[in-house]
Amino acid sequence: MGSKAVPLWGRFLGQAIERVEDAALLTGRGRFGDDLPVRTDTLHAAFLRSPHAHAELGAIEVSGALAMKGVEAVVTGDYAKAHTKPFIAGVKQPMEHYCIAVDRVRYVGEPVAIVVAQDRYVAEDALEKIHVTYQPLSAVVDPEKSITPEAPVLHEAVGSNLVSDRTFVYGAPDEAFLNSDQQIGVTVRYPRNSCTPIECFVVVAEYDPAMGGYDVLANFQGPFTLHSVMALALGVPANRLRLRTPPDSGGSFGVKQAVFPYVVAMALASRLVCRPVKWVEDRLEHLLAANAATGRVTRIEAAVNNEGEVTAFDIDQLEDCGAYLRAPEPASLYRMHGNLTGAYKLRHVRVRNRVALTNTVPSGLNRGFGGPQLYFAIERLMDRIAARLHIDPIELRRRNLVLAEQFPYRCPTGALLDSGDYRRSVDLAVTDGKWQELLCRRNQARAEGRLYGIGCAAVVESSMSNMGYITTVLNAEERARAGPKNGALTIVTVALDPLGSVSVTIDSLPQGQGHRTAISQVMAEVFGIFPEEVTVESGFDSAVAGWSIAAGSYSSRFGPAVAGTAYLAATRLRDRLARLASQHLNVDMEELEFADGKICARDNPANSVPFRRIAGSSHWSPGTLPEGLEPVVRETATWTPPELTSPDSSDRINGAAAYGFIFDFCGIEIDKATHRVRIDHYVTMHDAGRTINPALLDGQIRGAFAHGIGAALLEKFRYDEDGQFLSGTFADYLVPTACEVPDPIILHTESPSPFTPLGTKGAGEGQSMSTPVCIANAVADALGVDDIELPLTPDRVAALMGDDEPPFRATEGK
Amino acid sequence: MKPPVFDYAFADHLDEVAEFLADEGGEARVLAGGQSLIAMLNMRLVQPTLVVDISRLPDHDFITLKEGVVEIGCTVTQSALQFWPGLAESLPLLKRALPWVGHRQTRNKGTVCGSIAHADPSAELPLCLAALNGKAVLYSSRGERVLAAHELQVGTLETACAPDEMIRALRFPTAETGAGYGFGEVAYRHGDFAIVAVAVVATSECLRIALGGVGEKPEVCEWPLLEDKFLDDALNDLAWKLGTNEDQHATAYYRRSLIRSLGRRVVGEALACLG
Repeated sequence: MGSKAVPLWGRFLGQAIERVEDAALLTGRGRFGDDLPVRTDTLHAAFLRSPHAHAELGAIEVSGALAMKGVEAVVTGDYAKAHTKPFIAGVKQPMEHYCIAVDRVRYVGEPVAIVVAQDRYVAEDALEKIHVTYQPLSAVVDPEKSITPEAPVLHEAVGSNLVSDRTFVYGAPDEAFLNSDQQIGVTVRYPRNSCTPIECFVVVAEYDPAMGGYDVLANFQGPFTLHSVMALALGVPANRLRLRTPPDSGGSFGVKQAVFPYVVAMALASRLVCRPVKWVEDRLEHLLAANAATGRVTRIEAAVNNEGEVTAFDIDQLEDCGAYLRAPEPASLYRMHGNLTGAYKLRHVRVRNRVALTNTVPSGLNRGFGGPQLYFAIERLMDRIAARLHIDPIELRRRNLVLAEQFPYRCPTGALLDSGDYRRSVDLAVTDGKWQELLCRRNQARAEGRLYGIGCAAVVESSMSNMGYITTVLNAEERARAGPKNGALTIVTVALDPLGSVSVTIDSLPQGQGHRTAISQVMAEVFGIFPEEVTVESGFDSAVAGWSIAAGSYSSRFGPAVAGTAYLAATRLRDRLARLASQHLNVDMEELEFADGKICARDNPANSVPFRRIAGSSHWSPGTLPEGLEPVVRETATWTPPELTSPDSSDRINGAAAYGFIFDFCGIEIDKATHRVRIDHYVTMHDAGRTINPALLDGQIRGAFAHGIGAALLEKFRYDEDGQFLSGTFADYLVPTACEVPDPIILHTESPSPFTPLGTKGAGEGQSMSTPVCIANAVADALGVDDIELPLTPDRVAALMGDDEPPFRATEGK
Repeated sequence: MKPPVFDYAFADHLDEVAEFLADEGGEARVLAGGQSLIAMLNMRLVQPTLVVDISRLPDHDFITLKEGVVEIGCTVTQSALQFWPGLAESLPLLKRALPWVGHRQTRNKGTVCGSIAHADPSAELPLCLAALNGKAVLYSSRGERVLAAHELQVGTLETACAPDEMIRALRFPTAETGAGYGFGEVAYRHGDFAIVAVAVVATSECLRIALGGVGEKPEVCEWPLLEDKFLDDALNDLAWKLGTNEDQHATAYYRRSLIRSLGRRVVGEALACLG
């Protein structure tokens, strides 16, 4: 017996076992942030938020609020400035961002004051008694306008709303364009939207004056790089900011990264009142001010030969990060930097990346994070090339896909694509997804005068982010000064108790994905026990758990990182248990088998011992362990993929450990009377490497697909020209419901990753990247138009069709 | 999103409700199903001093059919009406419209009278009341009065109901023999308020067409029986006359196009079942 390079696969691994999380959730026994008990003297907070998109902040008159019964304190920017520091960000610019506004407000909804009161009702009543003097300034909400000289400047010390502007060259793009037969380009604008988890933010903070530290409960999702950001803002060592998360979280999709400024705000409030302070964000606050994905304007041009082979990209990206560059931004713009070439094998790239600020909500993590914006540009471009060269859109993509024999494939911008057979995946999708039939359906529909279109999209889904990719925004010299950033350290502990049962602590802060289920499968497989016997702790406590800056649920890191590291810890522990069992059964370690809760001799199953007996034995009899063997009670494994190096001197960066592949196609019909887009047929082919649990994977695909449908057809954060927010309720910001999300046809291929312990890749974000552009391509095909902007609401589709209206003729009633 | 302080009362008798409303000097609100009021309270869009809960009022959970009129009491939920056995025969327009009202879950709580009292300009039930020339029975300590649909709804979320009055019941005239009915709407998602909603009553002599979502209240017009090009022209002129409101959800251009296309479809539907 001993660890094998390729793990068993699997009596439990690869099986769609039931989620261990669900029994509690379905019977109302979930333990969410707002459910957990708090100290009886806990106070409750409510935020006063700016009604202006841009204004100088004058006097804040709080005496009326303070005079109210039940109100304990009001926190304003002065107190924040005195006791906290501005948040650090990835770009060095003189922008100051505190947890509440200081001197100026820069978006509608920005926190201006916090009322701390006996309950939330009183706190909200008191908000109405605070009087703030604002001197309104003109606002800018459009990134293209915000970087013009006429635009009002948000951060005067910067002098411009353009806070980062870098150009990168890889290979020889000029030469490639010069030698190309055609140069084909598109300009696209990707709107701002958000994934809107069911549960909003929850924070309970308590100041400990004796230690000068804070104990905070928050439904934070990571990344723990932000723990450093919070501790620095509070001016405490990291060990004086204890951060705990509730065992259950009502979804995040990246969004709960942005709870971090509120952690600092509540810590500050608790310091002022010296009592615990609790804040539960409501939906109005959430939509207004929590977090939205970046908007992006992209001009992308391809050098193409007449056979449709793309040789170079020239990309100009203008990113809208909202009013503040909030950590980890501008990560949205750099997450995909290493694989800017998508699924294609072109070798020459020039890219200009600009980051603009506007008077809108700051951007942050959202499912897909940078992917939807990039692939919308690339895949609209591929369709344009196909149309121009009269090549079938799938055939055009096939000709450009990275080939199976090229893996692992180093992209010109630095990504090391680990594995895949993209052409085979596409071909299988075409056959099993019935592409030919779809073409017939389109022909038939069009013959009947109906508006029918077909679209497709090929996407590389990166997972388990390199902690160093954000530093690509710095130049080599700045990076050298800042010190190296790389890797993605994952930490998992597997423990055995005196009765021989298995407990696992993970660093992923699950948000509903089913991490406990997947980890229990890994343990069951390795130890030959049953998944339901394993306990996986999902609540997190920074004072107890092992963690690094990479901890959290983001960049689809669970499959490659956490499950893989759990496997490493378990196998090490099993190998040590095998030494004990070998002695007990008098059988060579290599002859042992772990199965059905027993350890036995493979050739003589009757010679066996219960797993729990061996597993618990180090607690009872550490004095009789075999010589040289440490007590077998606990193993903490740490793992970081060696492939995740810092950006090199040529700015090449491998942004992720593993790269999945997705190929989608769909048929849509537009109702000529209502201009609604109806999805008739949707196929998504997914290669996420080894699958731990097909049912969990299926859930991720459907969830990302639903978010993709929302982005494609419904969702956009709308602001008027003055920066007033128009999407402040769920009646205005339309999220698709079960009625709007059709059942996709889900297909799989499986190319194990050679770089992750289990061969797994992340799979949480792919369709969020592929579905918006796939649907856009189909609508473009149906209407025969080039410029498609999301979301494709019926009124926008009507405008795209641009039918002339019959004039008013005053014939009513004739 | 918490309401300010208010008193809460629930009533056992209609006169008790009337008394509460009269005593509170216009600062009271009636709570029935709560599907709109609770959200408005939480958003502090309304700040009543008293909320009078009528949901447990006995004897008002009735749907009666008498002398060509269906009367619906003030605690009848939208679901109860939707599954009332006489609906298809007596009120075919409502049979068609009720599935469009919110979602099953909201219909289980929301009342028919409550929707009329809320007076959302894009809601289905006020549109049907207008299309059918229905009436509302208003009750207060001063007595009872009956208003026709067009007298009741005066603007967006605004009715002629005095602060001390409540809607005790609605009266819908039953289907005319041989008449045809049609209902259709476009919303971006299932269960949303309509971008445009159309209700049509077709008789052997005329078309009565009512539009929701295009103004501050349902718009009703009566035409002779029009067909083909004449119908298209009439709808087009109506579109130009009405469909000019523009918001973040829909352009005026799109609303006009819906009046033309949806109007045509729903008129066709009504004409098809003309006896």
